[in-house]
Amino acid sequence: MARAPDALDRRIEAFALPLGALAVGLAVFALFLMMVGKSPAEFYGLVFKAGFGTAFSWENTLARAAPLLLAALCVAIPARLGLVVIGGEGAIVLGGVAAGAFGMHVTGLGSTLGILGMAVSAICVGGLWIGMVGALRYKRGVNETISSLLLAYIAIALMNHLVEGPLRDPASLNKPSTAPLEAAYRIGDIPGWDIHWGLVIGILACIFSFVLIERTTWGFSARIVGGNIRAAQIQGLPVGWLMAGFCALAGGFAGLAGMIEVSAVHGSANGSLAGGYGYTGILIAFLARHNMLAIIPVAVLLAGFEASSGLIQRRMDLPDATILVLQGIVFISILISETFTGRLNLSRLWRS
Amino acid sequence: MGEGDLGLWTVLLAMIGGAIRVSTPFIFVSLGECLTERSGRINLGLEGTLVFGAMSGYAVAYETSSAWAGVLAAALAGTVFGLFHGWVCKLPRVNDIAIGIALMLLGMGLAFFFGKPYIQPVAPDLPAIPLGFWSSSPQVEAALRVNVLFVLGIALAFFIAWLFRSTRIGLVIRVVGDSSDAARAMGISVDRVRLLATAAGGALAGIGGAYLSLYYPGSWNEGISSGQGLMAVALVIFARWNPVNCIWAALLFGAAGALGPALQSIGISKGYYLSYAAPYVLTLILLIATSSTTRAVRCAPGELSITK
Repeated sequence: MARAPDALDRRIEAFALPLGALAVGLAVFALFLMMVGKSPAEFYGLVFKAGFGTAFSWENTLARAAPLLLAALCVAIPARLGLVVIGGEGAIVLGGVAAGAFGMHVTGLGSTLGILGMAVSAICVGGLWIGMVGALRYKRGVNETISSLLLAYIAIALMNHLVEGPLRDPASLNKPSTAPLEAAYRIGDIPGWDIHWGLVIGILACIFSFVLIERTTWGFSARIVGGNIRAAQIQGLPVGWLMAGFCALAGGFAGLAGMIEVSAVHGSANGSLAGGYGYTGILIAFLARHNMLAIIPVAVLLAGFEASSGLIQRRMDLPDATILVLQGIVFISILISETFTGRLNLSRLWRS
Repeated sequence: MGEGDLGLWTVLLAMIGGAIRVSTPFIFVSLGECLTERSGRINLGLEGTLVFGAMSGYAVAYETSSAWAGVLAAALAGTVFGLFHGWVCKLPRVNDIAIGIALMLLGMGLAFFFGKPYIQPVAPDLPAIPLGFWSSSPQVEAALRVNVLFVLGIALAFFIAWLFRSTRIGLVIRVVGDSSDAARAMGISVDRVRLLATAAGGALAGIGGAYLSLYYPGSWNEGISSGQGLMAVALVIFARWNPVNCIWAALLFGAAGALGPALQSIGISKGYYLSYAAPYVLTLILLIATSSTTRAVRCAPGELSITK
């Protein structure tokens, strides 16, 4: 019999390694829970119940997945060019503020134009923010990981400044916000569901990115840059434009996530925008191995964990940081699993 | 002396005092990162180590009523984080930058998890040395109340500089950082040197965190760190991997961080939130100014993934 082709091995590996790493991560977290005297069975039971158990919990989970999909794209797209951009939070925050400012100053456009205007301003601001990271990397060799995270801190300071100052609605006393959006500027729910349209936008963005990266010449060029930057330069590819352009696209998606949060959830831009979606997005992108379609199920899974956070706090008397610990452990597990790439002979194992 | 003159002096004094107070964690974290990076590895997870150090230092100081026990606990916790980072990065195909990000998230998660019960209670503070005793002006005295850890940090910087320059240990770290092949040829275990350098770096970052919760701002809460652990990475690049330069860089960053509170102390509150961005903007500008695409950054350890 002929040897199993390597391509099959790699296919299986691409599924088996992350799934295995996820399982190991969840098991290690179960040990952690036992160490602090809590029951892992109860924990995972509650996660299932609150995240995926009923139609209501599915709706809650899927609504939370919307910003996570876009935040994960902000990590996964640059990663395909070999860039580790982790400051998506900054683009989310500024995208939200841009949308809020647009809604405040350009009124009476009607639903379609109004929402479109908010989306475009959020995409432009987010795209500029992360595009800058790519351009700085190419032009000046500035490390993109550090610069993007610094820009995230700057973005949050900028948001606080704008929301507390020039853009503040005097009526917002306890929580400084921009003025509430008019009803026509709010993104509504998908008919028959208790989920806003953000989910559909997020999924479409993932599919669009998948086609762009895997099926177009631009995406192919981007992957060459990620594989071997010298080779890309020798081939005469516009490396700088590719880096800045794909980073800008990634930032545009993150900005859009902020806009959706403002238009569909909060109704105005305020401090809740810095809710850590950017950081959960990092983990999702790495778990999905920067595959744009794999982001969809992974984001739903993590959204389910986040949706169950409240119930876990109440029922098990655990702090809200429990989910952060779980995410950190799974993240490390997934990174360690990289070391087994190409070392497992899974298809042979399968046959024997 | 005019009215405006006094205002300027107050701001300047407040900034000097603030620079000393704010810079201390920067000194420790950047020295730790410097040590790690000179061995050829980068630890982006020091932000998480810092936050966990702040929490564990505060918790232990509260439980034992001794601030120094807290500092020791924070250093130990940092060592554990450093050892873990060093061990994981030894595995083939594991990216030290990505592991750093993961450890940053895990460190913060664990700190918030275990730190919840310690947000209310009050732990003992670290002692300060009143270096401004000669002055009759209360502002000068306040500005020059220097914490013991600040003095220790400066001494440590000179010690590490001496270590790199004139000892065998320093030479081994430098060789490992510049060329792992050369180090292997000399019979040095590259992984072990990096493991120890990362562990020592983690310990220093932990102490930096303990300073945050035990002296300035002096209490434990979830917003205690504002990215000092991350800025330290940029600071080390700016300091050209020289421990003594780290002091100056840290003071500069400290002054930038003290700008907002200093302005507020004389009643200027316009742009208060914006002034929070000052240290990050400064870091970014310095990073842009010191990076280059055409040549490796001057003085950079040859094995460092961040400058390749």
